[in-house]
Amino acid sequence: MTEVASLTVAIVGSGGAGALTAGNLLLEAASAAGWQGLLTRTVGPQIRGGEAAALLRLANSPIGCLGDQIDLMIGIDWLNAQRFGAELATGPHSLVIGDPRGGDPPPTVAASGARVVEIPMKDMAKDIPDGRPNMIALGIAGKLLGVGGDILTALLEKHLAAKGKAAITASEAGLRAGFAAAADLDLGSRLAKPKPSATKRWLASGNEAVGLGAIRGGIRFAAAYPITPATEVLEWLAPNLVKVGGALLQAEDELAAINMIIGASFGGTPSLTATSGPGLSLMIEALGLATASEIPVVVIDVMRGGPSTGIPTKSEQADLNIAVYGLHGDAPHLVLAPQSIADCLFTTQWAAYLAETLQTPAIVLSDQFIGQARAAIERPADVAFIGQRLRATEVDGAYKRYALAAAGGVSPMAVPGTRGGQYTADGLTHNERGTPTSSAVDHQAQLDKRAKKLNEFVYGAHWATIEGSGELALITWGSLTGAAREAIERAERDGIEVTLIAPRLLSPAQPERFAAALRGKTRVLVVEQSHGAQLHRYLRAHYDLPDSVRVLNRPGPLPIRAGEIHRAITEWRH
Amino acid sequence: MSNAEMRLACKPADYKSDIKAIWCPGCGDYHVLMSFTRAFAQLGLPPEKIAVISGIGCSSRIPAYTNCYGFHGVHGRSLALAAGLKVTRPDLTVVVASGDGDGYSIGGNHFIHACRRNIDMTYVVMDNRIYGMTKGQPSPTTEPDFDTALSPGGTDLRPFHPLVVALASGANFIARCFSGEPNETADILVEAINHPGFSFVEILSPCVTFRPDEREWKSQVHPAPVAATDDPAKAARRIMTDDGFNIGILYRGKREPYRPEFGTQSVDPAELEKEFEL
Repeated sequence: MTEVASLTVAIVGSGGAGALTAGNLLLEAASAAGWQGLLTRTVGPQIRGGEAAALLRLANSPIGCLGDQIDLMIGIDWLNAQRFGAELATGPHSLVIGDPRGGDPPPTVAASGARVVEIPMKDMAKDIPDGRPNMIALGIAGKLLGVGGDILTALLEKHLAAKGKAAITASEAGLRAGFAAAADLDLGSRLAKPKPSATKRWLASGNEAVGLGAIRGGIRFAAAYPITPATEVLEWLAPNLVKVGGALLQAEDELAAINMIIGASFGGTPSLTATSGPGLSLMIEALGLATASEIPVVVIDVMRGGPSTGIPTKSEQADLNIAVYGLHGDAPHLVLAPQSIADCLFTTQWAAYLAETLQTPAIVLSDQFIGQARAAIERPADVAFIGQRLRATEVDGAYKRYALAAAGGVSPMAVPGTRGGQYTADGLTHNERGTPTSSAVDHQAQLDKRAKKLNEFVYGAHWATIEGSGELALITWGSLTGAAREAIERAERDGIEVTLIAPRLLSPAQPERFAAALRGKTRVLVVEQSHGAQLHRYLRAHYDLPDSVRVLNRPGPLPIRAGEIHRAITEWRH
Repeated sequence: MSNAEMRLACKPADYKSDIKAIWCPGCGDYHVLMSFTRAFAQLGLPPEKIAVISGIGCSSRIPAYTNCYGFHGVHGRSLALAAGLKVTRPDLTVVVASGDGDGYSIGGNHFIHACRRNIDMTYVVMDNRIYGMTKGQPSPTTEPDFDTALSPGGTDLRPFHPLVVALASGANFIARCFSGEPNETADILVEAINHPGFSFVEILSPCVTFRPDEREWKSQVHPAPVAATDDPAKAARRIMTDDGFNIGILYRGKREPYRPEFGTQSVDPAELEKEFEL
């Protein structure tokens, strides 16, 4: 049996069959055993009766993406699996386990030459009082992956304590049956022992990490409207904001949500909302208001397939254009993108800090892949970014809220209650005092001021991830950074050096820093999950690229895997 | 200075900004501005503790004409912006100014939910039954046969009844005023601001430019013949059956104002990460 650095597992079932529960337990057990793990979910929009799969990669060192192919796939049933067969890539080495009473595996399985084994999970579950097939699937996976039964049992006892002894007994019996059924099976490879980790480890999703980053950055109020796949950000923030003296208000729609946080921030409270594409579309007008009136707010966009309702439950990187260019008029604002689950914490915290410091809105482009993925990660380092707004606390004489003389374009802001600081914040073009005007001089001066404060700020090294060397630069962004990094590591093993450039700060563009990062590079490979190649066009708009550019782009929901990127690198001979 | 002395010392002029108010000559909104500053002076509130929030339209010009904190936001969203401000800054007095287009058309959904949410603030809608700023298009309160360039021969649509909607949606205080009676309006605004929860004050404020017929309102309005009720059923019957020119406080509810639960103690944010630890 060969020892491998990682294994990718899929547990598939129709919605409600418990595939995601089994996947989460397997991730938690493997994490407890010391492995690194990443679990993503692929589900249909239905709550019950649709398709659902837990896609899980376990590894002995940190990982940022799923494997190219599934090593082990367990179908509790295959009833709806053909709907996402393309997302369940198998190969000749794959072991696929299905229930003969659960229908046939998707045609892609047979076409791939995968080994198919039948285990009657449903019938086995019937022999156990209150038994459930997903616990048998979990037992099979635990056995084949070498995740100990004792760890899984302990987890069941922890998670099912509230449901009582009978539920625990039934689940444990299911686990044992699964272990027994897999006793004679051989996966063909074994996961290498975990490498010891010096830092504390966390089990968290990107959406939860966004919530924690927001609070660390000083956010104390949120208003939002539920939307897939961003709702977990709100559900994490609702109880946790209260613990730090804040609150979350559920709005009647996204138009209200964004205006509520503008109102709260006008009052001096750092504020945030979280949404997805359709909600961001509704918020755009008010984001222009926040830009013009210089009110800091943070908007988290957990991107999903678009346009319109698109694919609510699945990932895509196609909101770059609306985030950067969606506002009417000349409206400089911040756009940032986290690159991993851990980075969801950092980037949100940094966004809160930047928004407050620069008195402008910040849009954070996360996506469904990292937002709803759950992973065992090393505890992210503490950073000192806490939003500190420049305030006018003592006002003598005529207060100029939008004073042009302010250093760096950031003028002290009076919050209500400050005597002598009364002004009217306005979306109309205004003068230094905030008084509406249609004068060309005032218009130019205030546009200059707002552009200057963003352009002159020194963002530091966090603006981008730049790693490696080599004349080929791989430029990507957001959640694809993990797959790109892994592809580059593989290319290095082939003796090909590649430089990774992944901008975390997308707006304002950083032409000088980007030029420095590209110095000496003769080729650029752009990798992005967008049909319209939005990143490529953004790069063309803001930066000078070398003559030789290739683009690997595809819409969601199919992930762009490390193997594909690796091929694009190795096949590009020059 | 004691609160009582503060109140005596306050003059309406203290609440006016140095920006010259600009509406059409004869516009009812001049009088509404006067009622605002008179009400603030009667309440004796420091101007920096008042926030006047508005959207877009003739009525929404009011904040900059006051010496309070103001926000002139986007069209139709003033109630949402004000809600975010009030729940995070309960120490402030929040007054929202709107019109029949801003408040009942583009902002209609927020109107319903603001009534339902019952946050402690006052919502003043200057209703002139026309879009004035865009030069005379029908609003939700325009009569069905009113002829405009955009709706030749009229809209043939039944007008929206804002007071009924407010009552049904849960507003805690409902009044109707006429801009031509600025003292009476100021008195009602004082009561609206003092009443806990969401107070809705509809002010009939003529647009003499596009609705010269509204000059007649002066002779049509009359004081409400009976005092305000706290019974929503009685209020509903009264509001639905009156002639639309009944001026006064029509309903005073007893609902508790809403404010989301803000934590009273603050744990160290570092504590929050414990749930993630393996």
